[in-house]
Amino acid sequence: MVHIEVNGRATAEEVEDRTLLVHYVRDVLGLTGTNVGCDTTSCGACTVLLDGESVKSCTVLAAQADGHAVTTVEGLGANGELHPVQRAFREQHGLQCGFCTPGMMMASVSLLNENPKPSRDEVRVALEGNLCRCTGYHNIVSAVMDASKQEVEG
Amino acid sequence: MSVMGTRVVRIEDQKLITSGGVYVDDLREPLLNGAAHAAFVRSPLAHARILGIDTAAAREAPGVVGVFTAADLDITKADDDPRTEPWLAGDKVRYVGEPVALVLTEHRYQLADAAELVDVDYDPLPAVIGFDDAVNGDTLLFDGTDSNVAQRHGGPFGDATFDGCEAVVTHTIVNQRVAPAPLETRGASCAWGEDGRLTAWLSTQNAQIGRGAIAAGLGVDPALVRVVTPDVGGGFGAKIGSPDEAIVLGWAAKRIGRGVRWTETRSENLTSMTHGRAQRQVVTIGGRRDGTVEAFRLYVEQDMGAYPRAPFLPTLTELMASGVYHFPVVETESVAVCTTTTPIGAYRGAGRPEATAAVERAMDLFAAEIGMDPAEVRRVNFIRPEEFPFTTASGANYDTGEYAAVLDKVLAAAGYPELRAEQVKRRESGDVVALGIGVSVYVEITGGDASGESGRVDINPDGTVTAYTGSSPHGQGLATTLVMLLSDRLGIPMDRITLRFGDTDEVPKAVGTFGSRSLQLGGSAVAQAADKVIERARELAADLLEASPDDIELNLADGGWQVRGAAGAGTVSWSSVAERADPPLSEDVWFADGKPTFPFGAHIAVVEVDTATGKVRVRRMVAVDDAGPVLNPLTFRGQRHGGLAQGVAQALLEIMDYDEDGNPVTATLADYSFITAAELPDFELVDSETPTTRNLLGVKGIGEAATIGSTPAVQSAVVDALAHLGVRHVDMPATPQRVWQAINDAKEAV
Repeated sequence: MVHIEVNGRATAEEVEDRTLLVHYVRDVLGLTGTNVGCDTTSCGACTVLLDGESVKSCTVLAAQADGHAVTTVEGLGANGELHPVQRAFREQHGLQCGFCTPGMMMASVSLLNENPKPSRDEVRVALEGNLCRCTGYHNIVSAVMDASKQEVEG
Repeated sequence: MSVMGTRVVRIEDQKLITSGGVYVDDLREPLLNGAAHAAFVRSPLAHARILGIDTAAAREAPGVVGVFTAADLDITKADDDPRTEPWLAGDKVRYVGEPVALVLTEHRYQLADAAELVDVDYDPLPAVIGFDDAVNGDTLLFDGTDSNVAQRHGGPFGDATFDGCEAVVTHTIVNQRVAPAPLETRGASCAWGEDGRLTAWLSTQNAQIGRGAIAAGLGVDPALVRVVTPDVGGGFGAKIGSPDEAIVLGWAAKRIGRGVRWTETRSENLTSMTHGRAQRQVVTIGGRRDGTVEAFRLYVEQDMGAYPRAPFLPTLTELMASGVYHFPVVETESVAVCTTTTPIGAYRGAGRPEATAAVERAMDLFAAEIGMDPAEVRRVNFIRPEEFPFTTASGANYDTGEYAAVLDKVLAAAGYPELRAEQVKRRESGDVVALGIGVSVYVEITGGDASGESGRVDINPDGTVTAYTGSSPHGQGLATTLVMLLSDRLGIPMDRITLRFGDTDEVPKAVGTFGSRSLQLGGSAVAQAADKVIERARELAADLLEASPDDIELNLADGGWQVRGAAGAGTVSWSSVAERADPPLSEDVWFADGKPTFPFGAHIAVVEVDTATGKVRVRRMVAVDDAGPVLNPLTFRGQRHGGLAQGVAQALLEIMDYDEDGNPVTATLADYSFITAAELPDFELVDSETPTTRNLLGVKGIGEAATIGSTPAVQSAVVDALAHLGVRHVDMPATPQRVWQAINDAKEAV
């Protein structure tokens, strides 16, 4: 039995020992916004926040999250309002097919928590662990700049 | 004011940024309740005979619902061609990743455990890796053939083609095998309903083509198959139609009497989804020392992988061989072979990036040979604006082009003279970091299949619109663009228009999305349907307003019908017109009038190469991409950004590689150098809009253009950085190892 707070809600479920956090979120709780894009912790599509810090949930056991708090894309906005990162991704066209987007946004939230006013180059380096095949990253960088209330160049 | 040409944020995004897209693996459809999970057991060997498959242990594993092999399948393929690909390999495997068995379990985690227990007895055969091995080796992939050559086209070459040329250069160029690698891997779910119909949810670019393939594969009436496309996490050409796996899943769902769901792993994706490119080319170019090219020859060796799935690739490369140039003589030939590797298929550009890379590298080699600036050599040889429509020596009929204009624009935007001056300065100072400037001017073909597209527009009695497109939006922003187009034509706000697509019950006839065809064909189709709706509505409005239809106009500002010149005399709404319509106000069209169009552009890449380590850093990417009138600059630029990134990726990083035994050595994302944000600069985009006359919107496709232009620009920039060291060519990907090697080889040659 694991007890995990997910998007502010207490959850408690019986799971197999080897259950990954991403499958706990997706298959047990039915929160399918978080995606799986690889099997080597390379792509970042599964990025969620664990106690406020980004982790790749394909490489965390649900058991390791026992007693901790997880935030997924479904918990990013509050009271029907978009989170500034969500709003900026839409405004700057920081997404195309949308598959990397939940993970990319969670990594962006984590980045801005640590570095509220990053430069474009700092954003690029910080998001190196999150792959996108569609956007060429340009507008993702712009979205993070926008979300940090800085000038969007480029 | 018209919404066309303005920056409109996407209608697709709200769901994608809040709850996330609903991809195949996310489906919670009632028909899939209790569905079994599926995994394919795949060949670990490049080439082997299958002596036997023992599934007994796997069948006993926890949660196993079924284990099936080729021997169980009672569906057959017409196999009059000895190179026919089996659904599941029964007697022989021909690449690592080829499916051999299907395992079905109750739970996802039981799949890997059970699959491991399927015991396949392989008798290894020699691998066939690369063109030379396929042609010269003793090993044949297919019994009943006498050669691994699957296809020849074009040729023969003339004996005296280059006689009289003042300068002739020839070079071998490798356009390496790469992985499309959409972020969402392939997936499919299948379930038969009580009505005897199969529903297949596919991650596909073409639901209708997928339905045709599944129905044919299962030997059932297409009316008994419904394909539904959920959100698709990227395709890039590698999700055209249906994967064979979906047909096996459809069969299995019937056999076990319940639904099945399949999502491949990334490692599986990198060996079992088609790869792209995989050409080796020999270019020969000759002409005068004033820069005039007199003859160009392109010989293409296409590696098709194990099964010839994409015979159109090398011939499309031949068709586009001469690019933006008016060469008096063009000769092409292609030879395509089968090797024991993953089959090759379409990948962003599909045949055209290979053509562009060949001719653009040839132009650089020719420029270096005669000591002329590469931009100037290009200018001398362009097809001039007054020559359009222009039929090339290879038989392509170009619509419109302003090649010198886009070159001028990109040179000005990049500050070309200043860059050259900086390059000279660095060389003179002996800077270990060399500056390279790569110029590429390209033309490509979009909507090249010329098979049309469907579009339907219904005006509902409440004045809302339901539109149906045969195209398949999956990230490009096409849904937004098509809704903008309809709003603009009908005078109905975007939020009152719903776009439906990707469900064969709703859109029975369609081609779908590939080859950058969607806006020019799918867009034209819905526009044409809207125009027909307007003409019918005009008659109905005329009745209501008691005026002649000739005097009735649609006020686009508020979507009201009124008598021309008498706006105050009363209007009728779309809703009143639609309420009156019997039969309902609906028009369904097949836009068949769409001839291929030819987008073009010019790119400049600026790179810095550390000559001590061979490491390349892209400093700038400057791009002019002309695809006619831009409907939504936001998504238009987005398509170019993505295209640019994939071009840089191929030029510098990505390669799907095999060892001599046919083992893929880049089969995970830990090994495959998928490009990241940290390896790319901000992109500098310059506008240019030259309409085509070949569809009613005047538009050309933009999905692939920037990949086609950027790849050779980056490659050229790397070579240019090293030109003063005597380097004339570096094959892609220009990894530090290769660049360092090229520098050292050039030193030793001196």
